[in-house]
Amino acid sequence: MNKPLRRIAIFCGVLIFALLARTNYLQYVKADELNTRDENRRVRIERYAHERGDIIVDGGKAVTGSTETKDSDFKYKRVWQDGPMWAPVTGYSSQAFDASQIEKIEDGILTGNDDQLFFDRTKSLFTGDKKQGGNVVTTLNSAAQKAAFTGLGNKKGAVAALDPQTGAILALASTPSYDPSTFAGNSDKDSKAWQALQKDKDKPMLNRALRETYPPGSTFKIVTAAAALENGLYTDIDAKTKSPVPFRLPQTSQDLPNEGSIQCENVSLREALRISCNTVFGKISDDLGNQKMIDQADKFGFNKDVFTPVRATASIYPKDVPPQNAMAGIGQASNRATPLQMAMVASAVANDGKLMQPYMVANRQSPSLDNIYTHEPEQLSQPLSGENAQKLQEMMKTVVESGTGSNAKIPGVTVGGKTGTAQHGLGNSENPYAWFISYAKTDSGSPVAVAVVVEDSEATRDDISGGGLAAPIAKKVMQAVIDSKK
Amino acid sequence: MSVVTNTTTIGAIDAPSRRNTELMMMVFAIAISVFAYANVGLAMDGSLPSGMFGYGAGLILLGGVAHLVVRKFAPYSDPLLLPLATLLNGLGLVLIWRLDQSPRLIQRAEYLYGSYSPDAPKQLLYSAIGVALFVAVLIVLKDHRILQRYTYISMAAALILLVIPMFFPAVNGAKIWISVGSFTIQPGEFAKILIAVFFSGYLMVKRDALALASRRFMGLYLPRGRDLGPIITIWALSILVLVFETDLGTSLLFFGLFVVMLYVATERTSWIVFGLLMSAAGAVGVASFEPHVQERVNAWLDPFAKSTMAQSDQIAQSLMSFGSGGTLGTGLGQGHSDLIMFAANADFILSTVGEELGLAGMMAVLLIYGLIVERGVRTALAARDPFGKLLAIGLSGAFAIQVFVVAGGVMGLIPLSGMTMPFLAYGGSSVLANWALIAILIRISDTARRPAPAPAPTSDAEMTQVVRP
Repeated sequence: MNKPLRRIAIFCGVLIFALLARTNYLQYVKADELNTRDENRRVRIERYAHERGDIIVDGGKAVTGSTETKDSDFKYKRVWQDGPMWAPVTGYSSQAFDASQIEKIEDGILTGNDDQLFFDRTKSLFTGDKKQGGNVVTTLNSAAQKAAFTGLGNKKGAVAALDPQTGAILALASTPSYDPSTFAGNSDKDSKAWQALQKDKDKPMLNRALRETYPPGSTFKIVTAAAALENGLYTDIDAKTKSPVPFRLPQTSQDLPNEGSIQCENVSLREALRISCNTVFGKISDDLGNQKMIDQADKFGFNKDVFTPVRATASIYPKDVPPQNAMAGIGQASNRATPLQMAMVASAVANDGKLMQPYMVANRQSPSLDNIYTHEPEQLSQPLSGENAQKLQEMMKTVVESGTGSNAKIPGVTVGGKTGTAQHGLGNSENPYAWFISYAKTDSGSPVAVAVVVEDSEATRDDISGGGLAAPIAKKVMQAVIDSKK
Repeated sequence: MSVVTNTTTIGAIDAPSRRNTELMMMVFAIAISVFAYANVGLAMDGSLPSGMFGYGAGLILLGGVAHLVVRKFAPYSDPLLLPLATLLNGLGLVLIWRLDQSPRLIQRAEYLYGSYSPDAPKQLLYSAIGVALFVAVLIVLKDHRILQRYTYISMAAALILLVIPMFFPAVNGAKIWISVGSFTIQPGEFAKILIAVFFSGYLMVKRDALALASRRFMGLYLPRGRDLGPIITIWALSILVLVFETDLGTSLLFFGLFVVMLYVATERTSWIVFGLLMSAAGAVGVASFEPHVQERVNAWLDPFAKSTMAQSDQIAQSLMSFGSGGTLGTGLGQGHSDLIMFAANADFILSTVGEELGLAGMMAVLLIYGLIVERGVRTALAARDPFGKLLAIGLSGAFAIQVFVVAGGVMGLIPLSGMTMPFLAYGGSSVLANWALIAILIRISDTARRPAPAPAPTSDAEMTQVVRP
């Protein structure tokens, strides 16, 4: 009986050998593939096993933090200070619902997994330090942000403020907002909070400053004026323009109306901007034609996405037929702009024609707080010459000093601005949006340019005007920036 | 002429008993388990576990008693079987205790049953009963050949054990449990030993008839119908078990056992061909209409498929456990093998070994199983009686097949079937049955290695002295 016994012994050996081969295959050959599978919860457990780095404002103040959770295998979850106020800047980072904006884009730095942090990780492997995430230092100014957020209050709207000389984003507010802390974990409570936000009619999770486009209304007249000057249609801002009232929209039998009974016939550019004449700017747009208007808008940053690094939706100056083009010249028709875009327009004027690339990540820091990246300000384009920029500054200054934007006056500071009241809805049936864009200027150039939009459907229609609703908010934001520079 | 007169040709004279080797190995096995226990405590709480002394003392007591009983009642037995079993049982206890600490599993138990009770203390109790059974077998069973007398009783008992679960409700899709109150046993584990006993007895008597009284047909020896009868019966029964109890593992185990033992008894390759054909026919037939089996096969073919994951992600989780263990493992207590959730400390305990001890630990554990099988086969080779040979190869073959089926299942090598890793996994029936299995193997090896008694001096011997010229 021994011969078959020996064969059975070999058979048993083959069984054990098959198992040994299989375990080698699984744990050596296939290990990496198995470890990186989406289904592998370990990836996420590891991700939340240590504290996330912080998002920093004012050059040193963290607006984020991490807290230990007891009820989950994800050890740390994200918390935010003044969540609703900073949410349009930070985005969210949730154990259950992924992340957005800076929290998402800079995830590698914040978790400490980025390749740039390789040496830090290697070092802590030897020193035995706990793994940590790096920090993202933003350009945001907390005083300006607060002014913007409280200025908007319970109205729907958005504020974007830039430093015209560098392109640094100083404030980015959107209301109504949300508190990302309410769904940072992965419990039922977090899930309910998330669902409620998704269903909210007011879309609190929409970043209105970057992702919502509005008809820019009269604030777009700055771009139209710039196009007139740049193309040599008019050179003297105080000379009379050739603009009849009424101005008939080309190829139609319809007149472009002015607001109220303002005197717009053949007024100068400065006067036209001061009292916001539709006829003058509609005619400029028509005189220049669609292509030149598109070219000028493009130079200000229209028609393409802007990355700050968070993506801002492209603002649109449309390719259009002449009557629509004339309407688009005064910021109506299919003309759409984000608040950030209009802040860029104001900042280019304030910065003597140079448009800087907007950005909000100033530095990235390793866990040991060394800077591993520093943003260098970078010029995006030159939408208008220095000379023409100064002419536009003169015009915008007049708007604030003695025109529709007088609510933005700041004692001792030169302020230029433009109001806007954008019609929208079918047949302009809905309440218009109130716009205001402006910049402040001191001896050392302009420290801030700002765009405010208020889409308040609560107010009665007659009360809505850029000067009345939006200008005071812009003023507070500019004031906050100037005060913090002192 | 030397003083010792030995006229037999069997066995070595004064074979070393190797009991001290066994003692050394026992110390080693227990030390490894206690260190592993300390390791888990340090990794999970940062301090030595409070139960360490009790655990160590319990293991030393169990191991010590087992060793002393072997020393007294089976002095010439194989020195490796007991330490290997002790090491696996000790490691199993550590792994179960480690999984007891898992917040995930505690949460799950509280959610499902409203309360949570750790399994390690129960397993320690089962181990104690298992060792008691081991001791009892060694003391009561003075000679394994006594079992021969119970050939048909064993068969009857095995059949009853196998059939009974059909009348109990299915647990997680498989009817392999008998539950009386809160007490549940898995009769398949015990049936495995009884069937081996029956087959050894039956085949020892019938082997010549099976092997020789046959007609040649297409190059194969076809046995006579009356000899084939019981074999066909067992084949049909294992298919029935598969169909009615949806227990893939047990039927595979039994069928493998039959084929192995038939082949050894008859030395006819044709039995292997028959066996494979019959099992293939049975498996294909059942798989084509039994949804439970189909699910298992589908889960094996693509464990990460959406439909599979929706039903049960156990295989996928188990594979990811092995993957994350890598070469050296995460260290005891530092993995996430509890993500497997259901049966993490039973059928899937090997995944915890894979994740926390890594490839190195897996190879070690598989080799320990391999060694137990190897010692069993050696015992079969050394045994001097056909019954002992058949029983030893049957038991160690069954052990090897069980290890292969379970480990292969959780590693995705073959479709998963519900059986437990001997000694390592949580479960009373399994621990008890396997301790009994080891006891029988030790008994056979003791008989095999025992030096033949010196022949009694007879007056005849003097008479037949060669007369010198």
